[in-house]
Amino acid sequence: MQGSGKIGGRLIAEVAAVAALFMLGQFLISTGMLEQYYQIILTSMCINIILAVSLSLINGFTGQLSLGHAGFMAVGAYASVVMTNRLDLPFIIGILAACLGAALAGFIIGVPTLRLKGDYLAIATLGFGEIIRVVLQNIDYVGGPSGIMGIEKYTTWAWLFASTILTLVVIVNLINSSYGRAIISVREDEVAAELMGINTTRYKVIAFVVGAMFAGLAGALYAHYFYIIKPESFTFMKSFDILVMVVLGGLGSTTGAVIAAIFVTALTAFLQSFPAIRMILYALILIIVMIYRPQGLMGNKEIGRKTLARLWGGKR
Amino acid sequence: MKRKISKKLAIIMAMVFMFSIIAGCGGDTKTPEKTDPKAATDKIKVGLNVELSGGAATYGTDARDGALLAIEQINAAGGILGKQLEPVVRDNKSAADEAMTISSALVGEKIVAQIGPLTSGDVAGSTPIMMEKKIPLIAPAATAVNVTVDEKTQKVRDYIFRVCFIDPFQGTLMAQFAANDMQAKTAVIYKDTSTDYAKGLAEYFKKTFEEKGGKIVAEEGFVKDDRDFKAVLTKIKNLKPDFIYVPGYYQEVAPLIKQARDLGITATIGGCDGWVSDDLVKVAGAANLNNTFFTTDFSAEDKDEKVVKFVNDFKAKYNKSPNSFNALGFDAAQMLAQAIKDAGEAQPEKIKDALAKIKDFVGVTGKMSIDASHNPIKAGVIVEYKDGKHVMKTRIQP
Repeated sequence: MQGSGKIGGRLIAEVAAVAALFMLGQFLISTGMLEQYYQIILTSMCINIILAVSLSLINGFTGQLSLGHAGFMAVGAYASVVMTNRLDLPFIIGILAACLGAALAGFIIGVPTLRLKGDYLAIATLGFGEIIRVVLQNIDYVGGPSGIMGIEKYTTWAWLFASTILTLVVIVNLINSSYGRAIISVREDEVAAELMGINTTRYKVIAFVVGAMFAGLAGALYAHYFYIIKPESFTFMKSFDILVMVVLGGLGSTTGAVIAAIFVTALTAFLQSFPAIRMILYALILIIVMIYRPQGLMGNKEIGRKTLARLWGGKR
Repeated sequence: MKRKISKKLAIIMAMVFMFSIIAGCGGDTKTPEKTDPKAATDKIKVGLNVELSGGAATYGTDARDGALLAIEQINAAGGILGKQLEPVVRDNKSAADEAMTISSALVGEKIVAQIGPLTSGDVAGSTPIMMEKKIPLIAPAATAVNVTVDEKTQKVRDYIFRVCFIDPFQGTLMAQFAANDMQAKTAVIYKDTSTDYAKGLAEYFKKTFEEKGGKIVAEEGFVKDDRDFKAVLTKIKNLKPDFIYVPGYYQEVAPLIKQARDLGITATIGGCDGWVSDDLVKVAGAANLNNTFFTTDFSAEDKDEKVVKFVNDFKAKYNKSPNSFNALGFDAAQMLAQAIKDAGEAQPEKIKDALAKIKDFVGVTGKMSIDASHNPIKAGVIVEYKDGKHVMKTRIQP
């Protein structure tokens, strides 16, 4: 066991490191050293990290194959845009509405479907994701199939960075808590977990709602950066893109999800110079990675405090 | 202790290394523009931000083919202002966010103007970058009204232009044709109610047709993926209209026309460019399509000299007959070339001013002038189906 002073010191060091990272980003952006193109890629990376980490909570840690993540992102995007664009409320209200809306959608969808297992759950969530999209397509208030254009650009580096860190902190802490251990036990063996007195459905719903909430957050950030949202942007293909990051990173690894989100975003950007064969190369690289690392880039390992500490100061 | 220090050193080294890579990335893209100004001046870079994969891939690929043919011809003829055009083609995956990323990448490559994207939504994604960086964008086929005009403020977007006509225009065009050329007095509108596109067309058809003294005797609707239209068609049959207007896409229109003819409805049926597909003939049947017409901006059957040359050149290069997306891509590139020539300098700001002043530019999709809302004023084409073949009926000036 460590003394509380040591933990406090470590916390201060971590906060300082995070703040330094933020300042560095802010410095590069405000001085224009990071060109707009790289800024957009950085934004995509942050949004993808939030999406991948939140889906990894559902797919990786709880072991429930959900294919409806883009649907929750859509709910968040639309909820926030209705607040800021239609009702002219501040961005923070939009963000809160996005999180609450998506969490609510996650709850409504999670309660009936999480009693299903495996393939059935995958199909049910896929269906729900599509329902959200089709419903949005038919609401004229939010622009119907052509969506909403001219959304104010509120997503700044500060919002992005804070949201990404918040997502990581909440999800990592959740996983390391007693809730997290219950959630992981559901993945490992649902029957055994139930025998141990764990209310598996309850923990599945908790994971699902938290995951959906952060997807909503990502949706809000996305909408207020990319100027337009339309139902077509949130098809199940988008859900698959996120799933690819989670699987690529390793099921059950938050750091894996982060690394994969960065890797996939950078890869897509890098391949822009080969327009004709871009998607072929993209798929090919994914296949190669999965052949050589079937457990994903990180497997279920994490790069956490311990690893960093070991690297930094030897044994602890 | 020694080991500890060397590890710390290793980490610091690794971090320094990473930052130098990041810094290097930023530097790399900046250096050429500063140290090598000549390279930028002998060639005029034109960005093509098009859908080469994803849902709208066929449109993007077609427009790209048309634009590349135009650029090739312009370069073969000596380029513009003595400089060659250099196309920079990028795939936006049919996604609005990707269209934005691509635009910013193209801006980084020092393009003077961008052609594409094709769909209205993707153009919207690209718009903020083009407006911010003050580089003109020519949309070959984005038909939504709010592409060039901000809905909220009603302000024209300075740097956004298009070469296709906007949705409502097709409805007006068909109404003119029905009232003037077909002498129709009564008409029924049977529209796809699941798209803004068809709804807009129907609205303007009704407006113009009534202005011309015609009467709309009924307005019916169907939705995407409907396959059985007999109930409504029977009702329409009893109304005995002179003309039936069916704005929608070919998937629904094909069985609709077949069922209408099977029920013995012989009235003229009119439609829009959503009809254009080989499947229409296959499903509806060649004979059933007689006495049907649709509006579009290009017909490969056009006997206009410029169009005939374009069709032949296109066939020589790509070994197939061009469609309207090929033609619109071609016209977008040609119009840009014209604007650069008018501007007298390949400078984005001046090209924008020249584009806004384009007058009587003759493209393969007709003669056009850019109006105050950055839309082209141009003729539309009415195409007739004769035994399953497209026959160009007439070209109507608005």
